[in-house]
Amino acid sequence: MKTIIIKPREKFSILSEIKEIFRFKDLFYFLSWRDIKVRYKQTSIGITWAIFQPFMTMVIFSIFFGNFAKMPSDGVPYPIFVYIGLLIWEFFSSALNNASGSMINNQSIVTKVYFPRLILPISSIITNFVDFLISSVVLVGLMIYYGYTPKLAGLTILPILLLITFMAAIGIGLFLSAINVKYRDVRYILPFFIQILMFLTPVIYPASIAGKYSKILALNPMTGVINAARAAILGTTPINWILLLISAIASFFFLIIGIIFFKRMERYFADVI
Amino acid sequence: MSEIIKVSNISKKYNINQQRGGYVALRDVLANVSKSPFRFAKDKAKTIIGKNKKEEFWALKDIDFTVEEGEAVGIIGANGAGKSTLLKILTRITPPTTGEIEMKGSVASLLEVGTGFHPELTGRENIFLNGAILGMRKEEIEKKFDAIVEFSGIGKFIDMPVKRYSSGMYVRLAFSIAAHLEPDILLIDEVLAVGDIEFQKKCLGKLDEVTKKAGRTILFVSHNMGAVKNLCAKTIWLKNGRIKKIGGTKEIIDSYIKNKPNDNLTASNYLQLNDGDFNGKIKFTNISITDGQNSTLINSDSNLKITIEYESDFKQKISDIRILISIFNEHSQRMVYRLDSHGAAITLKETINPSGEIICETGKINLADGKYLAEILILPQKTKNDCLKLNKEFDVVTDISKYNYRLNPDKNVCDHLISYIFRA
Repeated sequence: MKTIIIKPREKFSILSEIKEIFRFKDLFYFLSWRDIKVRYKQTSIGITWAIFQPFMTMVIFSIFFGNFAKMPSDGVPYPIFVYIGLLIWEFFSSALNNASGSMINNQSIVTKVYFPRLILPISSIITNFVDFLISSVVLVGLMIYYGYTPKLAGLTILPILLLITFMAAIGIGLFLSAINVKYRDVRYILPFFIQILMFLTPVIYPASIAGKYSKILALNPMTGVINAARAAILGTTPINWILLLISAIASFFFLIIGIIFFKRMERYFADVI
Repeated sequence: MSEIIKVSNISKKYNINQQRGGYVALRDVLANVSKSPFRFAKDKAKTIIGKNKKEEFWALKDIDFTVEEGEAVGIIGANGAGKSTLLKILTRITPPTTGEIEMKGSVASLLEVGTGFHPELTGRENIFLNGAILGMRKEEIEKKFDAIVEFSGIGKFIDMPVKRYSSGMYVRLAFSIAAHLEPDILLIDEVLAVGDIEFQKKCLGKLDEVTKKAGRTILFVSHNMGAVKNLCAKTIWLKNGRIKKIGGTKEIIDSYIKNKPNDNLTASNYLQLNDGDFNGKIKFTNISITDGQNSTLINSDSNLKITIEYESDFKQKISDIRILISIFNEHSQRMVYRLDSHGAAITLKETINPSGEIICETGKINLADGKYLAEILILPQKTKNDCLKLNKEFDVVTDISKYNYRLNPDKNVCDHLISYIFRA
């Protein structure tokens, strides 16, 4: 029989935390399932929305930045170029947004039932991943239209890129969700912060535009990811491994900081929320 | 039998400013820091070395008890006694400030029915979601699904979004999921306070079955003395964050009800008479509410006997006093409307003794278990003075094992006094 010991302070070990999350895997599954179900409840609109949003943004960006401003795009048609950036950026920013609101949005559960709180921010990101997969369909369409065949060797790197994105979104999301519980005005600052961050990320311009400063830009995990994703999918430029490595390390760093911060605040969520 | 829960020396402290609600805005914190950075630093430093005295509130202090396997233990106490805080610590929702708790086996908590229900999802989907939140595995929910639906009586509405459910259906479905939990230790808070009485009984029956047959351990917090009495053999009485008494349920509930403070008779407990022959005060010293047999435990089908003790400045007999009694439930809804001491059925007495007691007895009250407030209006019959309002709380606690009384929803509760007498 399992014995539970409750003490004022619990020692934190990453192993027991992972074990605990695994013990609640069914809850994890049902929470993600709930978010997806609710999001796509009005089926046709839900799915259309996931495609419509990045598609329209792509069209408008292509007209203004591509056509009028003549933004460089590493020799790739601008719509494809910007769509890859948008696809990953949308995933990252909406995941960040969801994760940071997850504690407050599930307030009623947090104050009533025990479970490892880490489940909430992480499971809330799953919906965004589904959105990401759906809107990827448009990219396939664009590639066919512009006659690009993806390099198979390059595609194998995609899971790693997604992993880095996940880590960054979860890390920063955990940090923000914990702050959000304590300071309720954080969520009003967040959209502004995300918007600023988009222009610091090579979504509408190539990373090469920053020249030798691009390494500083890569401290933002999304820089390395988007840059590598373009190179991998289109195969027109080689993958910049140094940028990717900097971004991966930064992303891992964010994850660790996020978890530590979250765990420190976690036990008092129910008192404060 | 072996110890399954061991609570030692548990205390929980809240800082008042944290409790006062109102969320802290990051903007304000930043503004404070930038306005007076030195004071901020000084305050921080003081807090760290523990010099800064915050207002503290101990919600729980030095709680010690053990629970044996298969035992059902009730936790009672007034509002703010720390019952819910204790349960929140046991369920690991919030950590204790000091102490340690050891629990053997799986724990499930029921602090609310329908936790995490999503209005857009159907009944079927919510069963899975809520089941998982309460700690059930997917296979377990699948196995019990039919039983849950049947117990709830939701039937064909199971595939309808719960936002279209009536509140009754909603609660029944939520209860049914909870009733099918099978942990080693079940922690329940006040959840039986909702739902209709028939369904409440069904759930209590199910819980009883769970403890007695399957040997599960239950900790049960409730204001409903009847439910505690029916379910639990042992009861813990909390008062102001400390354990006041632990013992057999009947004994504890008896002394708990007797011990309720007489908060009713304080400042204005007298009636001024200024009418010709009658000049002076009548002072009301005590009100007690019992059933017809003078027991403080009042059942759903008890008569209610309200005894009002009084004394006055007068030497001779004084004019009659009129009494109106109303009874309110916990939600301040009037359950019994103005039972009049001068109703048609009662013979008028012209004069009463200068001191003594007034005893009013009602018919069968026909009230569900719970907390009630009796509002007693006292009017001097022959004067035009203001009336006096006295309040007294009482509990209705039904012992299901003895009474099989069914509340009649169509019939109202009692509507007249059956006797109205004076005693010197």
